[in-house]
Amino acid sequence: MSDLEKRAGLAKVDLDAWTREVVQWHFDPETGCPFWLNFRAKLDWDPAAEVTCFDDLARFGEFQDEWLRGGPVRRWVPKGYADKPIYVFETGGTTGVPKYRIAVDDFRTDYSLFSKGLDDEHFPKGSDWLMLGPSGPRRLRLSIEHLAQVRGGMCYCIDLDPRWVVKITKKGRMRELEEYKRHVVDQALVILRAHENVKCLFTTPKLLEALCEQVSLKQAGITGVFCGGTQMTPQFHRFAREELLEGAAFAPTYGNTLMGLACHKPFDPVDNYSITYHAPQPRAVLQIVDPDDSSQVVPYGECGRVKLTALTKEFFVPNFPERDEATRTPPCEAYPWDGVRDVRPFSRLQSQVVEGVY
Amino acid sequence: MSAERQLPILRRGEPYTSVELEPLCDHRTGAVLAQVSQANSGLVSRDLCHQADCWAALQAISFEDAVACCERAADIFMQDELPLGDENQGPEEFVAMQSATTAMPVAMCRRNMTKIEFMLREMKSVLRGLSADDRLCGESFRADGGQDPAYVPRGHSLGVVLPNNSPGVHALWIPAFALRVPLYLRPGTMEPWTPYRISAALRKAGYPAAAINIYPSGHAAGNTLLAKAARGMVFGDAKTTQTWAEQGTVEIHGPGMSKVLLDVEAAGDVDRYMDVITRSIAFNGGRSCVNASSVWTPSGGRELADALARSVATTRPTSLDDPAAALCGFPNATIAEAIHAAIESGLQVPGAEDITARYREGDRLTRVDGTTFLQPTIIWCEDSDHPLANREFLFPYASVIEVPADAMPDRVGNTLVATAITTDPVLIDRFYQSPEIVRLNVGPIPTCEIDWTQPHEGNLFYHLLQRRVFQYEAMPA
Repeated sequence: MSDLEKRAGLAKVDLDAWTREVVQWHFDPETGCPFWLNFRAKLDWDPAAEVTCFDDLARFGEFQDEWLRGGPVRRWVPKGYADKPIYVFETGGTTGVPKYRIAVDDFRTDYSLFSKGLDDEHFPKGSDWLMLGPSGPRRLRLSIEHLAQVRGGMCYCIDLDPRWVVKITKKGRMRELEEYKRHVVDQALVILRAHENVKCLFTTPKLLEALCEQVSLKQAGITGVFCGGTQMTPQFHRFAREELLEGAAFAPTYGNTLMGLACHKPFDPVDNYSITYHAPQPRAVLQIVDPDDSSQVVPYGECGRVKLTALTKEFFVPNFPERDEATRTPPCEAYPWDGVRDVRPFSRLQSQVVEGVY
Repeated sequence: MSAERQLPILRRGEPYTSVELEPLCDHRTGAVLAQVSQANSGLVSRDLCHQADCWAALQAISFEDAVACCERAADIFMQDELPLGDENQGPEEFVAMQSATTAMPVAMCRRNMTKIEFMLREMKSVLRGLSADDRLCGESFRADGGQDPAYVPRGHSLGVVLPNNSPGVHALWIPAFALRVPLYLRPGTMEPWTPYRISAALRKAGYPAAAINIYPSGHAAGNTLLAKAARGMVFGDAKTTQTWAEQGTVEIHGPGMSKVLLDVEAAGDVDRYMDVITRSIAFNGGRSCVNASSVWTPSGGRELADALARSVATTRPTSLDDPAAALCGFPNATIAEAIHAAIESGLQVPGAEDITARYREGDRLTRVDGTTFLQPTIIWCEDSDHPLANREFLFPYASVIEVPADAMPDRVGNTLVATAITTDPVLIDRFYQSPEIVRLNVGPIPTCEIDWTQPHEGNLFYHLLQRRVFQYEAMPA
């Protein structure tokens, strides 16, 4: 058995133990949240007693994302944290009634753990950050701010409303979209020009491109870029490394409000710019499953739908089918558990009538 | 020819191979004919940041030289082996590949080449026609004295999102080469062949490579191209073009909704015009925006629909290699199936009948020699509000409707080409005054008969240039 196989085996043992602990917490009447305690009342089995390993979570079936929509949001607050200050975060950038998740310290924990993986040369301790991403009722802004703080810096933020972006995109108002992007980037330029200790940047792929059309990252003093929020294709990855970053380190991530953030397997030219992400296990687990049967994990190298399980004492979400698809990859040295490669929006072919001759 | 030719992105004429490749396949066999590099939006946007440099470099050649390059490129386009990716491609292979990926018959592909050839060879007359300025090509493009017209660019780039339907439409953006405006092209996913070949011919003719940028890509990069280019041109369905219609910088080439309009006299003598109407519907496989998708007559509509159905039903699907092939197939069978289903769904609404069903052999949706076809379809509609009355599809399809002749000008709606078969001066004048008709043919002229020296849907010359008053007087000694 190779060293990696041994470490993968140990990671599985840790995951199973953590799964038991988290499930027992959420289904204990003293500590669990109203949602899961009510859920338990309708079951003919006892999760606290019968979930002995991660695989047992399959018994919950698929988590319905509608359960997160609307209120009362306090049904998600574990009794064990009832006296703690509660954050409520919204997910997604779409319109309509948002989905919510509550948090106490999860976002701080997630980003403190992420910080340990950042290299100090390119993301220097004590330097300040620019958060060029969605603001408002999302956890990302607070998370990046915490990341900056935990590394001894401050975080400058801009205003960005992704729901407005979605709205004008759906209406096809492309020039307006460009104007809004420019408005957001202009805010960033002001910060970069006024504060020379800003060396680290969080942004989305689109805003990274837009920013680099207006300023040289090198001349602006940016040495590290943490990128996430939307899909990153291999071609974007190559383009960023070759034409945008000018030597700055690049930390692509995949994440959302439910999961926290999955880190990338360290860059290796043999990957041909494919990005492989590994979930912050055991706090979250990503699986690639058969789109027609989410209980079936696909073999390594095959594509399927991304399924997320969030496993913290603040928030328990088993078997959540994400709106993404990806390729399943084996454990790697840095992360001895499964990874997901080439994440992209989940798509099922839908026929559409072509009107007109073009 | 290798099994998998590489089609790179062209950035200022330089090949760039993307990490992401899309296979371009023979629709019949699935054989991969080329791997096409895909551009990401950011790359397109970043290149367009340098459009002014590109434009400035292009001004190093004169207008006359640019026109001469186009004229030289005509023969090269038609005859030469030209670089395509990492190999060369001759004209016969060009039409074979084009047919294989678009399901257009080889003979039709060859005929479409001649439209490109004409545009290149006749560039001077084309520009005279578009500009309506006889002096344009006689002396100097940029007037330098007196009160001669002077033209200034309305921007430093033309971004074009290109279609797949018919290679002849590429003739529409070619004048940009002569006008020395750098081109940023997003080719159709199934028909990248023509823009690459035009570009290669121009390069061989001496045109500066730096002015040619080609970005095979998805819709997002296409949108970026239109948003960032100074001037744009988009070919697309109603939804796609609507997005850009209000932007002001993009010339729209959407559904044509072209029509043949008969007056009372013509309706009474319809046999004389059957060839004109049939040709309007079915020429070029019904794939053009200038194909008629509707025929309006004041009377005898059912009889006209019946006669037309008998006429178009003789156009049968056949092998794409058949020199007499007159019907295009669908490289993506699901699109044909969806169109077929939409028509069948429309027929469920009372007031419409597929008259061709009586005459055609087999079903509308059929498969021949590995290609999926939709056979020509004539729908009789009892009124112009029927869901099938004002539709345009990518095959010979037309509705026939009875409309009083004097109501036609008010009800014609957006119409790229209207062929009005009438001698009534009042009716002609009303059609002439209609702002909804882009091209007006009066008399038995097929809707598809195009004079390329006339403006089409918009006028590229004035889309790219504007006339400026220029006055000059020598400084006193």
